[in-house]
Formats: sequence, C-alpha cells, structure tokens
Amino acid sequence: MRFMMIVKATTDSEAGVLPSQELIDAMQKYNEELVKAGVLLAADGLHSSANAVRISYPEPGSKPKVVDGPFTEAKEMIAGYTLIEVKSREEAIEWALRMPDPHGNGQGEIELRQVFEMEELMESPESRVREEALRRKAQENTKA
Amino acid sequence: MSVSQTHRTIDTIWRMESPKLIAGLTRMVRDVGLAEDLAQDALVIALARWPDTGIPDKPGAWLMTTAKRRAIDLLRRNKLRDQKYVEIAREIQLYTEDEVDHALDGEIEDDLLRLIFMTCHPVLSQDARVALTLRLLCGLTTDEIARSFLIAESTVAQRIVRAKRTLNTEKVPFEVPVGQELAERLSAVLEVIYLMFNEGYSATSGQNWTRPLLCQEALRLGRVLAAIAPGEPEAHGLAALMEIQSSRLKTRINAQGEPILLMDQNRALWDQLLIRRGLAALDRAQRLGRTLGPYAIQASIAACHAVAHTPSDTDWIRIAALYEALLRQTPSPIVELNRAVAIGMAFGPAYGLQLVDELNTEPSLQGYHLLPSVRGDLLQKLGRFEEAGAEFERAAGMTRNAREQALLLRRAAECKREGGRT
Repeated sequence: MRFMMIVKATTDSEAGVLPSQELIDAMQKYNEELVKAGVLLAADGLHSSANAVRISYPEPGSKPKVVDGPFTEAKEMIAGYTLIEVKSREEAIEWALRMPDPHGNGQGEIELRQVFEMEELMESPESRVREEALRRKAQENTKA
Repeated sequence: MSVSQTHRTIDTIWRMESPKLIAGLTRMVRDVGLAEDLAQDALVIALARWPDTGIPDKPGAWLMTTAKRRAIDLLRRNKLRDQKYVEIAREIQLYTEDEVDHALDGEIEDDLLRLIFMTCHPVLSQDARVALTLRLLCGLTTDEIARSFLIAESTVAQRIVRAKRTLNTEKVPFEVPVGQELAERLSAVLEVIYLMFNEGYSATSGQNWTRPLLCQEALRLGRVLAAIAPGEPEAHGLAALMEIQSSRLKTRINAQGEPILLMDQNRALWDQLLIRRGLAALDRAQRLGRTLGPYAIQASIAACHAVAHTPSDTDWIRIAALYEALLRQTPSPIVELNRAVAIGMAFGPAYGLQLVDELNTEPSLQGYHLLPSVRGDLLQKLGRFEEAGAEFERAAGMTRNAREQALLLRRAAECKREGGRT
C-alpha cells in the first residue's frame, strides 16, 4: 500500500527561505534510508506559492476562476511530498515519525495520507453497498 | 497508546528492523540461526517493556543493543572467551546506544548484503533459498510463506530449519564473494529474487493468477539490493524488470479474475510511476558501462512494451533484436520461442511460425503449454483456424493454472467458430 507524507508549507518556505544545510543533510540521509529499505517511490519539494496558480469552480458548470499566487495561510499549502510503498499503515506511521522535523521553527507538520489503489477506485458503487450490507449483517449476527 | 496498538507498532518495527538485526548479529556470532534467536529475544524483551516505557526514539538501535548484550552474555556463558569475544567487546565500547544507528549504517548495509549472499548460497536447494530469504530478509512468518506457495506451514518451517543447519555444517562464510565467484553468486541471488517475483506474478498452479505478497516482497528486496550493491548492473537490471512488470500487475486480470494478455491490456491503467522507476533503473544499469546482462536485456524488452502507447506502436524489430542478444547470453528454447513471437510480430506470422516449427522437436519444450499456445496464435493470424483451435486445446491440457486454461479453451472455441464460418 502506498502513502504520501505531505510536508506542510510554513511562513519560511512561503517566503522562499531555503532550509539550513543541516536540515538538507538530515533529509538526504532520511531519503537514503528510505531507498535502502526499498520503500521510497518518489519525493519532491515544491516552490513557494509565489508563482503558483489556483483554479477554482465557485459556480458549478461555469468557467473556472483563475487566481495567481502568492497565497496566504501557509498551513493550507504544501511544501513537498514523499511517496512510499509499505506493508501496513503502522509502517507508514513509523517512517513518517522518522522523518526529520521538516522546518525546525515550530511550524513543522507532516500529514500522512493513504493513496487510493486502483481496485478501490474501480470498484463499483453497487458492490461497495453490497459489501457494506454484508458487513452490517455479519456484525448483527455476532451480536445476536 | 493502548497495549494492542503498542503491540501492532512493535510488530511493525520488528518487521522493519529484523533483517538488519539478524544481519548484524550474524556477523557477531557467525551463525544465522543463533542470530535469529538473539534478535527474537530482543523482540520478547521489547514486547515486555515498551508497553510501559513507551517506544524508544531509535527502536532499531535499541533492539540491536539489547540483542548484542544477549549475544555477549551467551558467548560468556559458553566460555567462548576467545578472539571472537574480544572483537565483540571492542565493538560495543566503540558506540553508545544512541550512536549505534548512525555509526553502523555503512556496516549494516554490508551485513545485509552478506546475509543475502548467505541465504541464496548454492549449497542450499532452490526451495530452501527462497524460504530462508523470505524469512530472514523479508521478515515474513512461516505461515505467510506457506500461504504464498500453497504449501503446509510445517513444510516451510522444516525447510528453514534444515537450511540454517546446512549453512552451519557446510561452514558457509558470512561474506560478499569477490572476483569470478561474485558474478556466479550474484546471479544466484538475483535468481532467487526473480523466482519469488515470478511465483507471485504468475502462479504455476491454483485458482489465483497473481499472488501480490510475493511480488511486493521481491520488488522491495530487489530495490534494496540495487541500493546496497549499486555497482552491479544486473542488480539494477532486475529492479528495472520487476518495476516495469509490476506496472502491469493490476491490468493483467479482469473483474472475473481471468487473465488479460499484454496486447489486450488497457495501457491507460499501467502504473506510470513504476514504469518511470523501471526506466530510471535501466538507465542506471546502462550507465555503469558494462555489457548488459540477461536481466537488463529482459528489462529493455519490457521497456519497449511500457513506452508503446498502443500495441501497434510496439517496436517489435528492437524486441526481436533484444531476444537475439538474450539468446547469446542465455541460450534457451524458451527465449527462442519468445524471439519467434517477436519475429512474427515484426515481420509477419509466417516467419514466426517457421521458427516455432523448428522448436517443435525440442525435447525440453515437450509439455510446455506456451509452445502450442504460441503456435495456435500464429496459425490463427494466418487464418488456419482449425489447426489453431487444436493447438489451443493442446495447450489447455498442459497448463496447471485454471484461469489460464479457461482462456486457452475460450480461444480454441473462438477458432472453431471462425473455422466454421469459412
């Protein structure tokens, strides 16, 4: 199963302040560890929102609204991501805990999100409803 | 954290750390079975303590230190106050608990590499190599291994016990071989990993076409090997091959669990991330500047398919040439059969059929279902439906995979219908 470790943006990263050499080294070492454990799929850092574009659809069905960066609210933005492939949610958490504090200024935040597998997306809504009904029934049976 | 949550976390940490623990301990005690026991002891201690004390900041280092102390106690008890003990004691003094993780990083990789060479040692049977590698390097339980191969758990347990004993009695050294031996032994390691992958990718028997756990473990181990033996082009070649094949893993079967052939797969569903990773690994293999080995060549063939947006875009001429190169390295009737398919695609089915017919008398291919299956395919393309149908039926009678059998019988019926129409 795949997980994405999302590093949230901070006022520093948004201001274009580059991380310290120390942090860069620590991150590099951490990425090497991921590679040597055979779990790293991809990792990238993102530019600040200064040259970003936001496309939104405030009115469904009509033309999108296009807004140029920079954007405020650093916490709502991301500064980078690391995609890993692991055996369990616990393993993903364990790896996320081993990532160095990504900013070191009290604002560091990593969000761990599971990536949809294709079969989850391909699964038809009907079969999901059926499965949920079966699960409920099984639960009722165990209670009874 | 609740006790059960802590236990799940400990189990996870164990799975992540156990290969490194066992590798490091094997270097100390020179006995892979004893090393595994010591690592298990450390796990038992962690299970007793961590629910109260919380999980330490560097759980891997904690487990390693604990296991090493156990090792020293044991060596003392056994009065092994010889050179071995002096060495171990010196090593322990060198590092504090916190530093173990960092200080031993380089060594741990070397130890892992040594451990892979040990578990894939030619003194062991192929089955034993696979079981021991899955157990010690992938951290799989005997039950998981047994379920992956559809065999009894006791069989796996016995296989592992015997393998460990054989390594001991044969005094297999804990080292990375050098010189000419390295090439041979490395190919044995790659073979074990690829065998695991293939067993998962296309089960030889049973109802299930794919067994994902084995594929995942093999891919992971292949990635690890490429990372800790970066100077070996074939390590990158195998990683590339498995990445690219994995990119198609989920498009190989339909909703009914039936196989979908490469040319009929929905290419939009191929995993582009894995394809990119595979192409990058292949590039690393090529950049090392040595003659490409069989895995890198096979990866190059897989890459030809991966980069073709539609089946008709496939560069069959290049694929036929790559099979030719593969044949020179590893002459085999199966590779010849594959080359015949590529020739058939590149230059027309009549040319392919000519090559397949030359293989018809090849003794090692007797009973191999892909021979009549390929022949049937070429005959069908030539419009010789009756002969094609008979070949598909023959192929269906030879395979042990129920899903594959169903596919072949369907193609046979298709040919009969086509044949009846003309």
